[in-house]
Amino acid sequence: MEQSQTSFNWETLLKDAALAALIAALLAGVMLGLRVDVASGRGAELYLEYRWPLFGAAVVAVFVGRLLMGVYYALRESGQFEARKKNKSERQNVEGYLKPLFLLLAFALPFVLLATLGARGSRQYIDLATLVLTYVMLGWGLNIVVGLAGLLDLGYVAFYAVGAYSYALLAQYFGFSFWICLPLAGILAAFWGIILGFPVLRLRGDYLAIVTLAFGEIIRVVLLNWYEFTGGPDGISRIPRPSFFGLEFKRGEGGFADFFGLDYSSVHRILFLYFLILILALITNFVTMRLRRLPIGRAWEALREDEIACRSLGINTTNTKLTAFALGAMFGGFAGSFFATRQGFISPESFTFMESAVILAIVVLGGLGSQIGVVIAAVVMIGGFELFREFEEYRMLVFGLLMVVIMVWKPRGLISTRAPSVALSKNAKGISADLVEEGHG
Amino acid sequence: MSAQPLLRIRGLQTFYGKIQALHGVDMDVYEGEIVTLIGANGAGKSTLMMSICGDPQAREGSIEYLGENITGKPTYEIMRTGIAQSPEGRRIFPRMTVLENLLMGGMRSQPEHFEEELKRVFDLFPRLKERQHQRGGTLSGGEQQMLAIARALMSRPKLLLLDEPSLGLAPIIVKQIFEAIAELNRSDGLTVFLVEQNAYHALKLAHRGYVMVNGLITMQGSGAELLARDDVKAAYLEGGRH
Repeated sequence: MEQSQTSFNWETLLKDAALAALIAALLAGVMLGLRVDVASGRGAELYLEYRWPLFGAAVVAVFVGRLLMGVYYALRESGQFEARKKNKSERQNVEGYLKPLFLLLAFALPFVLLATLGARGSRQYIDLATLVLTYVMLGWGLNIVVGLAGLLDLGYVAFYAVGAYSYALLAQYFGFSFWICLPLAGILAAFWGIILGFPVLRLRGDYLAIVTLAFGEIIRVVLLNWYEFTGGPDGISRIPRPSFFGLEFKRGEGGFADFFGLDYSSVHRILFLYFLILILALITNFVTMRLRRLPIGRAWEALREDEIACRSLGINTTNTKLTAFALGAMFGGFAGSFFATRQGFISPESFTFMESAVILAIVVLGGLGSQIGVVIAAVVMIGGFELFREFEEYRMLVFGLLMVVIMVWKPRGLISTRAPSVALSKNAKGISADLVEEGHG
Repeated sequence: MSAQPLLRIRGLQTFYGKIQALHGVDMDVYEGEIVTLIGANGAGKSTLMMSICGDPQAREGSIEYLGENITGKPTYEIMRTGIAQSPEGRRIFPRMTVLENLLMGGMRSQPEHFEEELKRVFDLFPRLKERQHQRGGTLSGGEQQMLAIARALMSRPKLLLLDEPSLGLAPIIVKQIFEAIAELNRSDGLTVFLVEQNAYHALKLAHRGYVMVNGLITMQGSGAELLARDDVKAAYLEGGRH
């Protein structure tokens, strides 16, 4: 490609970058450049600290970053990336390759970790993987409501809480085991999904988001204040651990290790929990993918596209919305009771709005409606969150930056292609991605 | 023409909140007919069509379809009785493929009819067959209109409601679409109720026509009769002959 063909309008680019740097300077001047601190020594005197190098670094970073972004866009518009675009149809099949790969990785991961790091060293990583999978499952559950049916739900954590508390309370008051409580928790969460669904049937977009947000808070506040029943802020502790078909993970006679003639190890339970959530998540995925090809799943997608058209085609939009809410809530409930049994202790603190926001961010960053996108986003976000725990201060900064970068680079999320749910002829697989991919805008 | 109309509307009044849009409309559509409703912007044409579909529901009056009162029924039930609609502004599903759009239209009918219906609409609109795997949103305006009509046809309707199929389309495409409507009526005996601003083409196509002004039917007659009337010409056809 000839270099001379691309001429940049350097003046505009520099102006743009300078403007961004100016805004950064105004903000950073107050936020980074100046710092009020309490003087050590006698008396609690306040003094002002100046941190000009930090301030300068921030301004320069913004200037350079903005300039690079401008150059990137200029290059893209001038067609320098044309060659790469041709590979798009190959990229469309990315989901096809990733799926078996991820599946294999998910099943092999704990054993690889055990073999390389040993029982003690791998524990924290298997725990982390379990946490990531919990969010994958939550993401997939929310994907039904937000990604497929297009109903923006900011209070998804409420169903997670309902599931967790259902199990904890049923176990506490009636002594039910995990395996009885799991379906019950799902049913109860689905029931609450329908309760929420009814009043919000007429709402869409912003209005729906506000009501679901409020619903999430109501559930949390009720759990917090109904002290006699839920234990309020103290939460519920000593939630029973799950058993492997009646075999408990305990030392000695009648335990899991004893039954299979293994030496007792605490890793068994960790592994069991990992595979439990893996299977639960895969069930969520399987059900969603199947439903997408059935009339109800197609009705969800059509509802996201155009509600009026749906009604004019004889689709009962009320039922369609309620099933989306109920099903999404049910999977949230399953994940909730898994969370309760894994932690052994739950309190309303685990179910704040921040959780809803993280789950929603996973779905949106992954690409609305994309199952594999949710996996990638969950691994990056939750995994990244935990891995960088030591850099507590910068974690949120990086998190925010990542979000901005993804939204600039891929405004429709990481995986923005939508696979058609039906094709007549066999050559349908060869459709160019340009025809099915979502445009920008 | 049978004595019993397929669609019989009497004294229909529809409101948007406190504002009255229809002031008592009477209308009949007989089986096998193409009936058109013409009128200026804001006359209430689309409101009448949507009232038949039950969204918004009529406050007064009655709508009978095949002798059965359908006033007050929910939209999805009305749309399952053999009435299909191509709504104003086409409203296809932009992110779904052409095939998926058609599948949505045939959702209420028996699955074994799907292939058969698909062949029928592809014969009618060969362009859609070429583009069956393309996203609806990437089609041209004319193709989108064809898709909207085809989608409505997938449910094997007795009565097809079309709301401004010529809106924003090039004259040649309008001609094609109107020819397709005539063909459907001629060969399949499909009854069509057509709401149009393009009065000249609509009246030429239709067996009978109604003229609506401010929520009331002011004139009616055969298409040719209305075309010949000076007041219709003055109000709706001046400069409209394209």
